[in-house]
Amino acid sequence: MTTVNLQLEQIKERTAESMEEMWVNMGPQHPSTHGVLRLLLKLDGEVIRECIPYLGYMHRCHEKIGENRAYVQIIPYTDRLDYLASMYNNWAYCLACERLMGIPVPERAEYLRVIIGELQRIASHLIWLGTFGLDLGNFTIFMWCFREREMVLDLFEAVSGQRLNYSFMRIGGLALDVPEGWLADVKAFLEWFKPRLPEYDRLSTDQIIWQKRIQGVGILKPEDAISYACSGPVLRGSGFHWDLRRDDPYSIYDRFDFDIPVGESGDVWDRFWVRRREMEESVKIVEQALKEIPPGPVLSPVAKKLRAPVGDIYSRVETPRGELGFYIVADGSERPYRYKVRAPTFVNLSALPVMLPGYFIADCVAVLGSIDIVLGEVDR
Amino acid sequence: MVSPGALDQFYALFEAWGIPWIVPRLSIMLGVVSIIIGFISVAAMFLIWWERKISAHIQARFGPMRVGGWHGWAQSIADGIKLLLKEDIIPKNADRPIFILAPMVVFASALAAYVVIPFGPGLIVQDLNIGILYIIAISSLAVVGIIMAGWSSNNKYAALGALRSAAQAVSYEVPLVISLLGPILLVGSLSMTKIVEAQQYLWFIVVQPLAFLTYFTCAVAETNRLPFDIPEAESELVAGFHVEYSGMRFAIFFLAEYANMFVVCAIATTVFLGGWQGPFLPGWVWFLIKTFFLLFVMIWLRWTLTRVRVDQLMHVAWKVLLPLAFLNLGVTGLATLFL
Repeated sequence: MTTVNLQLEQIKERTAESMEEMWVNMGPQHPSTHGVLRLLLKLDGEVIRECIPYLGYMHRCHEKIGENRAYVQIIPYTDRLDYLASMYNNWAYCLACERLMGIPVPERAEYLRVIIGELQRIASHLIWLGTFGLDLGNFTIFMWCFREREMVLDLFEAVSGQRLNYSFMRIGGLALDVPEGWLADVKAFLEWFKPRLPEYDRLSTDQIIWQKRIQGVGILKPEDAISYACSGPVLRGSGFHWDLRRDDPYSIYDRFDFDIPVGESGDVWDRFWVRRREMEESVKIVEQALKEIPPGPVLSPVAKKLRAPVGDIYSRVETPRGELGFYIVADGSERPYRYKVRAPTFVNLSALPVMLPGYFIADCVAVLGSIDIVLGEVDR
Repeated sequence: MVSPGALDQFYALFEAWGIPWIVPRLSIMLGVVSIIIGFISVAAMFLIWWERKISAHIQARFGPMRVGGWHGWAQSIADGIKLLLKEDIIPKNADRPIFILAPMVVFASALAAYVVIPFGPGLIVQDLNIGILYIIAISSLAVVGIIMAGWSSNNKYAALGALRSAAQAVSYEVPLVISLLGPILLVGSLSMTKIVEAQQYLWFIVVQPLAFLTYFTCAVAETNRLPFDIPEAESELVAGFHVEYSGMRFAIFFLAEYANMFVVCAIATTVFLGGWQGPFLPGWVWFLIKTFFLLFVMIWLRWTLTRVRVDQLMHVAWKVLLPLAFLNLGVTGLATLFL
């Protein structure tokens, strides 16, 4: 075959390919990518053939900055990781430092951490449910979820003075004790919140259109979920009974009685239903903690300048989005020698290319929503 | 509205004064058209405000509260003025004449449908003997305008939205028309007035509940509203065919959308809910009450349901609604034949 013929063949091949399939950019300014995520989609008509997520639009050198800050100074930076669950990031980081330095945490602080952490989980899942509804075209559930999330934010504002980036936890406990009457407010919130869940169901779970939109879509097979190291509701949606609160207990979670909801087939519906039931479990945990909470100090006496002994630690917690791990290598100075964050949504997002192919563009939005990404954490 | 005899006297008066015959006829036409446009504008602006209030209350908000004092009643007027005063932007690469013409086509088709809507006994611009056929034919024209808008914008999203919109409108027109045939068979006339008069004792919704359901579902889809608002799905397509339009041209699309909503609900009222008929109150009041009730249902659906997917949309149209409509037509036909 001559060179010219070969070129012609190639051109024919390429045109045939380009006639059938096209590459489409989704994001980074798309309303449904939940931030600055860019997805490159190979489309065959309306059907997705391939998906490549592009990250890095919000990279802030979080880990490098951490290596140049004292241990306490890193806490405000962890707020900006998963900005929808800042309390949990604070907690995860403080827990890593406490384990590294062997600092005890007072009993009351542990209880307050659990209460605050589970409220944070509720708030985070609420924002997820709302935006997920928005992606599916249901605007009302978004407003309803934000109404209740607002109440959680009010509770957090009362303890920390902030609405989003709290920096409330400290290595060795909490910055402050909660104000007087706050625990009663939490109880009142739970009483208000419990009947709201069936209301959300009426807008979402009970609707046949909602069910048809997300059942059997974006299936993540259990073996894929494991090989991509997924965690949190994404892993549980695929049918794994795995929750760090129970399987690698930290803080005082082993004292509470709660269930771990799991899915069956690993589709969007399962991930949705897992999160929806997790809110109920969080309510249960907070109620138990409220009953048992003892009085006492909330911060154990720690040195002004914290120095960690030489060594390293990997400490992980179950945030609303999955396993958030902090890996800290200490060289004996005031600063970590190496500081690494294992962000759950970054890992979960990497499983997106196996969930999407074969489904419609409209499903892409639903599948992406079901992973519940937060770009602040994906890019760090 | 006016008896033909009175009109003839009116024309004769002008002829006696030596004024050409075209002048009185044109002036009457212009008068009627301005009444219709005035009605559409007021009704659409009210609908927009109403929808914002209803959606707000569904979502635990207040909605517009400031403009005009009482519950922000003047919000739509203020919005209209704002849109009128905005700069008229036509994209550089757009096909100018078609781009300019598209909103007019869409609005004209919405406008023309009002001619045969019987607002009350005698309150009808022209009681055509093919009234309902005329409405169906004229409202299909809107698809042409939508494709013109999407194509001339020279924008991928707009073109995609327009094509989806056309596919949807064409698919849903079929079961819509067939579901209307049931009541027409019962009446034996296409005239809107005759259809209303036939329902003096029994509304057709009682005799033809299936037809009403299929018609109303199709009507929601025809007007591109949730759960069938795929042409403008903002989480997928940004805004659909009118993404490049702004200012007054956008306002006309917006107005046409609400005018169309009113038309489909007015048809439903006429064909299934007995039109202007009702006790005590004047006919046009009854007509408006029934129409606005249906409009409320449409708004209610929009703010509580989830959007369907493209394939599901087509599935519902061709595999669910169309067989149901045919079933209804067949049963009605047999019933009229043998009963």
